Amino acid sequence: MSTATLPPTLTKKDFQTDQEVRWCPGCGDYAILSAVQSVFPELGIKKENFVIVSGIGCSSRFPYYMNTFGFHTIHGRAPAVATGIKAIRPELEVWVATGDGDALSIGGNHTIHMLRRNVGIKVLLFNNKIYGLTKGQYSPTSEFSKKTKSTPFGSVDRPFNPMSLAIGSEATFVARSVDVFQGHLKETLKHAATHKGSAFVEILQNCNIFNDGAWFSLTERDARSEHVMQLEHGKPLVFGKNHDKGIRRKSDGDIEVVQLGNGITESDLVIHDAHHPRASYAFLLSHMEHRPGFPTPIGVFRAWDDLPRYEDVMNQQIKDVIAKRGPGDLAKLLRAGDTWEVK
Amino acid sequence: MSTLIEVPPVKHKREVLDQAVIRFAGDSGDGMQITGNQFTNTAALYGNDIATFPDYPAEIRAPAGTIPGVSGFQLHFSSNEVYTPGDAIDVLIAMNPAALKVNVADLKANGILIVNSDSFKENDLRKAQMTSNPLEDHSLDKFRLFSVELERLTRRSLEHLGLDAKSMDRCKNFFALGMCYWLYNRSMEPTVRWIEDKFKNKPLLVEANKLTLKGGYSYCEATEAFQISYEIPPAQLTPGLYRSMSGNQALALGFVTAAQKSGLTLFQGSYPITPASDILHELSQYKDFGVMTFQAEDEIAAITSAIGAAYAGALAITTTSGPGMALKTEALGLAVAVEIPLVICDIQRGGPSTGLPTKTEQADLLQALFGRNSEAPIPVLAASTPADCFWVAIEACRIAVKYMVPVIILSDGYLANGAEPWRIPKLSDIPEIPVKFATDPIGFLPYKRDPHTLARPWAVPGTPGLEHRIGGLEKQDPTGNINYEPLNHENMVRIRAAKVAAVVQDIPNVLPAGDPEGDLLIVAWGSTCGSITAALKAQRAKGRRIGHLHLRHLNPLPSNVGDILKRYKRVLVPELNMGQLLWVLRAKFLVDAVGLNKIQGRPFKQAELEQKIEEMLGL
Repeated sequence: MSTATLPPTLTKKDFQTDQEVRWCPGCGDYAILSAVQSVFPELGIKKENFVIVSGIGCSSRFPYYMNTFGFHTIHGRAPAVATGIKAIRPELEVWVATGDGDALSIGGNHTIHMLRRNVGIKVLLFNNKIYGLTKGQYSPTSEFSKKTKSTPFGSVDRPFNPMSLAIGSEATFVARSVDVFQGHLKETLKHAATHKGSAFVEILQNCNIFNDGAWFSLTERDARSEHVMQLEHGKPLVFGKNHDKGIRRKSDGDIEVVQLGNGITESDLVIHDAHHPRASYAFLLSHMEHRPGFPTPIGVFRAWDDLPRYEDVMNQQIKDVIAKRGPGDLAKLLRAGDTWEVK
Repeated sequence: MSTLIEVPPVKHKREVLDQAVIRFAGDSGDGMQITGNQFTNTAALYGNDIATFPDYPAEIRAPAGTIPGVSGFQLHFSSNEVYTPGDAIDVLIAMNPAALKVNVADLKANGILIVNSDSFKENDLRKAQMTSNPLEDHSLDKFRLFSVELERLTRRSLEHLGLDAKSMDRCKNFFALGMCYWLYNRSMEPTVRWIEDKFKNKPLLVEANKLTLKGGYSYCEATEAFQISYEIPPAQLTPGLYRSMSGNQALALGFVTAAQKSGLTLFQGSYPITPASDILHELSQYKDFGVMTFQAEDEIAAITSAIGAAYAGALAITTTSGPGMALKTEALGLAVAVEIPLVICDIQRGGPSTGLPTKTEQADLLQALFGRNSEAPIPVLAASTPADCFWVAIEACRIAVKYMVPVIILSDGYLANGAEPWRIPKLSDIPEIPVKFATDPIGFLPYKRDPHTLARPWAVPGTPGLEHRIGGLEKQDPTGNINYEPLNHENMVRIRAAKVAAVVQDIPNVLPAGDPEGDLLIVAWGSTCGSITAALKAQRAKGRRIGHLHLRHLNPLPSNVGDILKRYKRVLVPELNMGQLLWVLRAKFLVDAVGLNKIQGRPFKQAELEQKIEEMLGL
């Protein structure tokens, strides 16, 4: 290939638009935008092949700030619109920007069905555990008894865990990162980009206006290493300021937190296997944060890429039928069945 | 072929008629729809003009023998042109007391009534809430009653095959069909071919169904039960090659044709709903035409996936009925705002809410015209006959891609399931649908419009240099950037309205059928066309000066509708709703039109229309 046909090298600047970014100052969305704009040029994909689709909410303004093809749709429906795009143009790189309300409440149905179908779409779920654009009502990820404008006496809903939901929907790539962990976020996004099927990335994001500090227990410097466990494929599940705690399997199949030392070593711990074909292990991981003393895992929970993409199966089926029957003859189709001649 | 289909010499009296209406009625499990379709196909192949009215319950199998479980299929076949399935019926086949009870009122005096006498036992009568046996109590004396032991005779024809009783009983509808073939001197060959194809992997069932069909035919021959048979010669239709066509099938074929004429991939996003599902069933078979069908998780995903597909450059459609249409409302607004081509089919049924899923109605017109938040005009087309659905599908696609707009097609349960002969068009007679995708980045703006159509460019993702953002937020003309300025919003609302109004340049002036001016103009739309045509013909034959304007384009209306309304003394608007087109005409043209409104889940009868016409003419 001559150098003349090589695509021009893209930079972060190529993905910035001339539109004024209208998120509140200090919003975690800026960090996510910056990470995506940094990662896209590194993917070796032509700029015109990126499509960002969103629903409604603060996060869903995302496409306007990315100099790619962008489609700001309606509340909750981005996965369905994106599925239509991928069905017709499987070669496009389609990313969905969505929020906890958009993807898990009004659009919950589309989210689970996109994941079960394994449509080749990357989903960035900005989880701030609040409705921001409507000015501060509790969301489907808000903690129980959350006091908000719409729940002055506390919410009575139990929250969704987005990781559990995605894994329960048999998603083939499920990961979590945090807006302020830029390095980790970029690595996670790059990993998601290499996944062929549905890639679901929850990004813990701070809404400094309506739910400030929702993730401080994970993001504040002192708390971070105690409460966050970074998942790395093939590595033991270790956390703690001094890397002195870990996750061990119990004989009944459950897991427990153990203190390393006193005869307990890393070899006793669970080795993270993100590539396991079955989702049960990842599901166990996704639930540990609700248990006392357990850390919140971040990183790639599951990356099993052996399932064909929905759009490929759809298009292959058409090719197979054409190979079998030959390309359709419309004149013949119109004359199909019993016909009679009037003279 | 075998001896099975040879027509033996005639001993009985044979009478030539110009038309007949026959209705098969039984339990939903009795195979009445198949029986009716077989007779229809045979009549059509013989060259009669036909119109059908399948009428079945929403329940798949309501309790056997009960009134709610009755399924019917009516066929009008003639040596002349027919426009309706017929008001009164000449021949009724009733498989049980419930079917008799529901249908006998429509049978003409002295009409032929064939009943399955095996199903008139005490228990059967009780299920139909009958206190006495109509076969014995002389309540059917005004008809030519033929009590036939369909079950016993069917079993006797099949006893040597070793089938169980249930399998044998399931054949009995073909015994009745065989009798009807004898009665109307029809060949059994098309049905025999159908049986051989349908049960090709079950030779025993091929044998059983053929024997039963032949059994019914031979029974008439041997017993001379009827003593008379009828001949209805072929109709003089426009020369050409014909096939029988239902509305849903015609829509599907129209879309495949539009895809080929436009060179686009057809994408259908759909969620199963009665009576629209058959379009999905039909299109999902056409993978060899590159048709992509997507059975979505819900009605909203059905339309939004289609919006995504259209955005990516497909000829995208979504098909539904009223309740699904309601769910798609917000997405329709998105399609209006982002100005992408999309065709939405609403196969109307009785409502509100779940309503009457299998019954017909025309009550979604105002929903189609106005059922969205804010100012969101959409072109609306309505098909008038089952075969017309083919042409409406093509025209809707043509408008959608030419003007970059969503287009709504209104059909209904009656058109969807009803059938008529369709003269198969030559593909070369159907014009191409030109499509132009934007490719040139120089001067590209997402909302820069064609001055003639006001269409914005169709700029699909993957096109270098055309990266841009669209969405449901108000956009600046012509950059497409988000814009909340008051005057820009008003400008954009007016542009979107002007664009839809501009579609009128592709709508030819309409001509009323019948008298071009006179005492009464009937204005209507959709599936009422057949009944009105028949009523008009009958009334004009009596010297009445009446015109009939049947509107295919409901938004925008053809530009000469107002002029035509002025040429008649009075205006009648018959609709299967509470007066929706009536409302539009009165609002738009300040005309004192009068409605004829029927909301019974059934089409108009010719007689109902004629009565209203005479009333309005002061007769």
